[in-house]
Amino acid sequence: MEFRLTDDQLALRTGFRALLAGRFGREELRAAVERPVLDRALWRELGDAGLFSLRLPEAGGGVGLGMPEAVLVFEEAGRALLPGPLVATHLAAGTVPGADTGRTVVAASDGALVEWLAEADAVVGPAAGARPVRSVDPLTPLHRVSGERTGRPAAALLTAALQLGSAARTTELAVGYAKEREQFGRPIGAFQAVKHLCAGMLVRTEVARAAVYAAAVTSEAHGAGTGEREDVPDTRVPEIGVPETDVAGAKLLADDAAVRNARDCLQVHGGMGFTWESDVHLHLKRAWVRAGQWITEAEAAELVAAAL
Amino acid sequence: MDLTYTEDEEVFRGQLKAWLAKVLPALPPAPDPLDWPGRRAYDTAWQRMLYEAGYAGLHWPADAGGGGATPTQHLIFLEETERAGAPYVGANFVGLLHAGPTIAAEGTAEQRARWLPPVLRGDEVWCQGFSEPGAGSDLASLRTRAVRDGDHYVVSGSKIWTSHAEVADWCELLVRTEPVSDAVPKHRGITWLAMRMDAPGVTVRPLRTLAGSTEFAEMFLDDVRIPVTDRVGAENDGWRVTMVTLSFERGTAFVGEVVACRRTLGELARTARDNGRWDADPALRRRLGRLGAEFAALWRLTQWNVSESQGGGSGADGSGGGFGVPGIGGSVFKLRYSQARQELYEAAGEVLGPDALDLAHPWNQDRLSSLSYTIAAGTSQIQQNIVAERILGLPKER
Repeated sequence: MEFRLTDDQLALRTGFRALLAGRFGREELRAAVERPVLDRALWRELGDAGLFSLRLPEAGGGVGLGMPEAVLVFEEAGRALLPGPLVATHLAAGTVPGADTGRTVVAASDGALVEWLAEADAVVGPAAGARPVRSVDPLTPLHRVSGERTGRPAAALLTAALQLGSAARTTELAVGYAKEREQFGRPIGAFQAVKHLCAGMLVRTEVARAAVYAAAVTSEAHGAGTGEREDVPDTRVPEIGVPETDVAGAKLLADDAAVRNARDCLQVHGGMGFTWESDVHLHLKRAWVRAGQWITEAEAAELVAAAL
Repeated sequence: MDLTYTEDEEVFRGQLKAWLAKVLPALPPAPDPLDWPGRRAYDTAWQRMLYEAGYAGLHWPADAGGGGATPTQHLIFLEETERAGAPYVGANFVGLLHAGPTIAAEGTAEQRARWLPPVLRGDEVWCQGFSEPGAGSDLASLRTRAVRDGDHYVVSGSKIWTSHAEVADWCELLVRTEPVSDAVPKHRGITWLAMRMDAPGVTVRPLRTLAGSTEFAEMFLDDVRIPVTDRVGAENDGWRVTMVTLSFERGTAFVGEVVACRRTLGELARTARDNGRWDADPALRRRLGRLGAEFAALWRLTQWNVSESQGGGSGADGSGGGFGVPGIGGSVFKLRYSQARQELYEAAGEVLGPDALDLAHPWNQDRLSSLSYTIAAGTSQIQQNIVAERILGLPKER
């Protein structure tokens, strides 16, 4: 059992982090906040880098990787607060022409809200009667739709990966600020009250990470046998390794980590955290948007409970 | 990222399960939880069975008499023994998981030959004499004194929270051999000694826990003579000797417990479905679902820590890829697990309703015991300090 990342996976993650740092760093992020339009050139670059075609077979021009690798790359996108219907376009690759290369922007509806609808070239799912709302997240335009609520495990899992990246990033931002900001003659991070907030953030992140990565592995292996044992019903230990349940649990924990870490990060930043200028509110607002997407907390909790 | 087990690992699992299926039905009934001599006899008899089957000290190095198993094999062993309902390590806890590994890592050849085989065979039981009335979270401030007298140390002081002291043969004892001064910080001047529990001058006074049992004790030491040859490691080097053990434990400390919690959660769900609360109380149902996600994730985190320890880790950037230091990853795990365990038994109280006040139900006993989890083996507050300072690199308070 080698759950930890392979060298190839570490390299993939490092590569995407570098790509995003160079192409969508803090300056680009803040510029995008002031002018929230989809950067089509960036979208094509992401397509060229394989973000959308990552899981398509190599024979069809894809990268030929799996859900574990997709999760790592989406985690990086979440760290960088990369805007756009990333999950929808990734999942449309191979179905909607041009989605795989980033030439087509695809939005998707979960029956409640659609992000980036006005700028998308195609939309998947029920979008009838869509009306724009004043989105809480300045970098995620939203349309409200009414339709059948659709849960797509792959979409939920990739959204959980975005949340995980945000949770890890807000932990870093809080720790970085706590080391720098001085009060009472010392860095505020020396005080246990602040220290314990930061420790709690890391714990939430790492527990969510274990759940998200494991759900990626079991989702990938679905149908091919996961290596989980199936001959143990007599022991009365609820089985794990069922992709749909794993994804629901992962989304629940990643939503929790992203939202609560952003809240704690804001608290550590004090007055600065309440300003528009700080990036913390961008993480919190994006985390709120994603928390409702594809599967809500209540839906996820019910789904996991039903499997107990 | 891979959660499959190798063919060898599955063979190991299959053999273990077959052995467990054969021997477990022959076990005598478990003793009364309050009968400590009975519990010692039961736990050591089980250890003897493990020894004879070649499973004793599975993860210990081969040159210490252990099985030299990989962390993954140890994970499988703990998972399957718990699934099969085998006895827990119990009274052998300190010998197998703390004193033994310390002696294996730091003891001389003679010391290993003297102390390790009886631990593996279940012949001798150890307890831990670390905490003192004035030295809990701040363990290094311990004051029990050892004064050299020829080829003996003469030890006086008192220890507290000593689990299984009533039934132990040996005690791993931390003593101060050099008083704290400007030149000697408190982490120095500590020495690790093995003390016979029947030595003259040792008095054990059982302490009753809030759950009503006397599983730990206070221990008074009055001019106890301990041979210098029973010192492990150098004089005044006991703090480091003790810390070595942390690196011995490679992420598997709570494997059996997580499996047990998942089983309890399944029982909670079944009970709630049977007594009508499942349908009547959506909030409770969702709480159980959330706990299901928690314990599944804690199991995955265990697998992650074991996998990391196997490969030496992949860098401690704090943002992903793990910590690379199993002892520290263990702090992250323990913080969440100890809390989740308490939440599990809070939920059990809700499922039971009025029956939550009846101690005849084992969940209610376990609910009381769960209160110790955020205190024992490093309080949650100390664990948060460790995470903040050693993983996140935040400055020390002083």
